[in-house]
Amino acid sequence: MGDLVLHLDNINKSFGGLSALSDVNLHVEEGTTHAIIGPNGAGKSTLLNVCIGRLKPDTGKVTFAGEVLTGRQPHEIAQLGVARVFQTPEIFQEMTLLENVMIPALSHRDGAFRLNATELLSKQGEVREEAEHILEDVGLKDMMMVEAASLSRGDKRRLELGMCLILRPRLLLLDEPTAGMARHDTNQTIELLKKIKSRGMTKVIIEHDMHVVFSLADKVSVLARGQIIAGGDPQSVREDPKVKEAYLGGTT
Amino acid sequence: MTDTKKPLLNDTFIVIIFAAAILAMPIWLDPIGGNYPDLLQKFAIYGIFAIGFNILFGLTGYLSFGHAAFLGVGSYAAVWSFKLLTMNVIPAVIFGVLFAGILAAVIGFLSLRRSGIYFSILTLAFAQMSYNLAYSVLTPITNGETGLQLARSDPRILDHLFSDSQASAGLPSTDLFGETMSGYPGFYFCAVLLIICFYISMRIFRSPFGLMLKGIKSNQNRMKYTGLNTRPYMLTAFIISGMYAGLAGSLLAVTDPLAGAERMQWTASGEVVLMTILGGAGTLVGPMLGAGLIKYFENIFSAFDDNVLAQAFSFLPDSVVEFVVPVVGLFVGSGWHLTLGLLFMVIVIFLPGGLVEGFRRVVNYFRSGGNAKQQSVEAQNQAGE
Ligand SMILES: Nc1ncnc2c1ncn2[C@@H]1O[C@H](COP(=O)(O)OP(=O)(O)OP(=O)(O)O)[C@@H](O)[C@H]1O
Ligand SMILES: [Mg+2]
Repeated sequence: MGDLVLHLDNINKSFGGLSALSDVNLHVEEGTTHAIIGPNGAGKSTLLNVCIGRLKPDTGKVTFAGEVLTGRQPHEIAQLGVARVFQTPEIFQEMTLLENVMIPALSHRDGAFRLNATELLSKQGEVREEAEHILEDVGLKDMMMVEAASLSRGDKRRLELGMCLILRPRLLLLDEPTAGMARHDTNQTIELLKKIKSRGMTKVIIEHDMHVVFSLADKVSVLARGQIIAGGDPQSVREDPKVKEAYLGGTT
Repeated sequence: MTDTKKPLLNDTFIVIIFAAAILAMPIWLDPIGGNYPDLLQKFAIYGIFAIGFNILFGLTGYLSFGHAAFLGVGSYAAVWSFKLLTMNVIPAVIFGVLFAGILAAVIGFLSLRRSGIYFSILTLAFAQMSYNLAYSVLTPITNGETGLQLARSDPRILDHLFSDSQASAGLPSTDLFGETMSGYPGFYFCAVLLIICFYISMRIFRSPFGLMLKGIKSNQNRMKYTGLNTRPYMLTAFIISGMYAGLAGSLLAVTDPLAGAERMQWTASGEVVLMTILGGAGTLVGPMLGAGLIKYFENIFSAFDDNVLAQAFSFLPDSVVEFVVPVVGLFVGSGWHLTLGLLFMVIVIFLPGGLVEGFRRVVNYFRSGGNAKQQSVEAQNQAGE
């Protein structure tokens, strides 16, 4: 087993009077998949928002691979190798799928800013090949000239996953990546995520679908009302009575 | 970016057609009364203004209501170049672009801290500030209300250095190495610059940089979480677009060497917004079409009076003419704004993509037998063809 790469230390975040996260501590080992489960409104998405710089925590800090993420700009955090699939897909709706993945591909190649106004897009053969390759991986190559807005919810999610994967992130944060997908597509996504696991990427995954959690996760943490109430390997979490009470409600 | 080879060929083709259409304007505008140098120059100059505006608004979706400030600065810089250095237009144009670029960097840096309506209001505020500065505070530089004009006593250092013949009694006129920049030569000078500007704008549209700007328009959050710093991208687009406006402003001074504060007023900023939307924001040729249309209305339509109308309707019985002429008369002459307003409403409501979308629909309608899906995809990629 590898070293710990992602540290969340004493994270507190409240919105007005509502405490969305209270004193959360989370440590993730390099190359593993860490699932976060919990009922609606538990603070799971808020936790990821704190990691990627969308929200500033009231107290506490996030460290990834020796770099403190708290207080950095979102694009700086992304350039450090942190990518995220959002709960509601954040894609370029009016653009083709190919353009949707070309943008992150160029970001990966050129960094946060490059004045590449004199080059022609049609001459970026390598980037384009890479983009097509990723679209093939997520099963959308046939539709690469289609406008992203016309995709189904599940396909949008897969597109967004492709947009994250082409960045070759070291840490991939997934907020319910299979929500809205048919069973068949869910299984395909699980296979894809398993495949990239073997490439040594660290993943934090929020998921309601227990089938996905138990197929992918090495560790599971349970979040309820902003607090981590249990954690460990999937089997022991499944049997923890506290978890059953707070979240699973007796059904598995 | 459909294929690796094909679009490039298409692009060359687009530029050639564009260049031919612009250079031949004196011929094909003749039947509709648009063939006189003053108007042709305006087409070219406002075409540049609108094409530049479109680089900001069309690609990034940031709507600036203050672009007239850059137009004005371009004019002032050009006139000062005529006064201090030389009547040659090359330095004038360079200074116009340069100073507009500097002002755009400052205004852009401050305005781009906000987006949406707040950005628009900020740019408007800065432009009005510039207008007021030019009108009163900076009178030593701008000559305030009267406007900046040439004078016989101007130093014109370079001109005096290279020639000591001060033959002409009146004010000197602008020139390009001896060729006087009025009439048709003036138009062709503007036309060549317009074609170059069009080519540059097309290259920006087709570049990775252009794709990033489109990404900002589509989803700025995704751009950030993809690791892209959107601020410098936006600022660069803003500066480029300001430099286009500066060029247009300096060309206004080239064809008529004076500069006044009214050039910076908000109406001028609004006009370029209308041009771009009318022609089709985000398309390549749309802004040029919009600019042409508005300048045509302003200059030709406004010249129609009741006599012209009475002649046009002379085939009708007298009693009908008496009724028709006053009604139609509301929409021409000084009422041309009314026609323009109606046209603008019709286009925004029925053709949100502007004139270019209108043409595209007509073309698609005639070709609709074929592979419809493929066509729509192609239309997407060839925006502005
Ligand atoms: N920007 C915000 N402003 C105010 N309240 C917020 C904000 N974001 C989240 N909240 C609140 O914080 C709590 C946690 O929200 P969060 O989205 O993190 O839950 P979640 O665990 O992701 O739920 P779900 O499973 O429904 O996605 C909720 O009560 C939510 O209403
Ligand atoms: Mg959530």
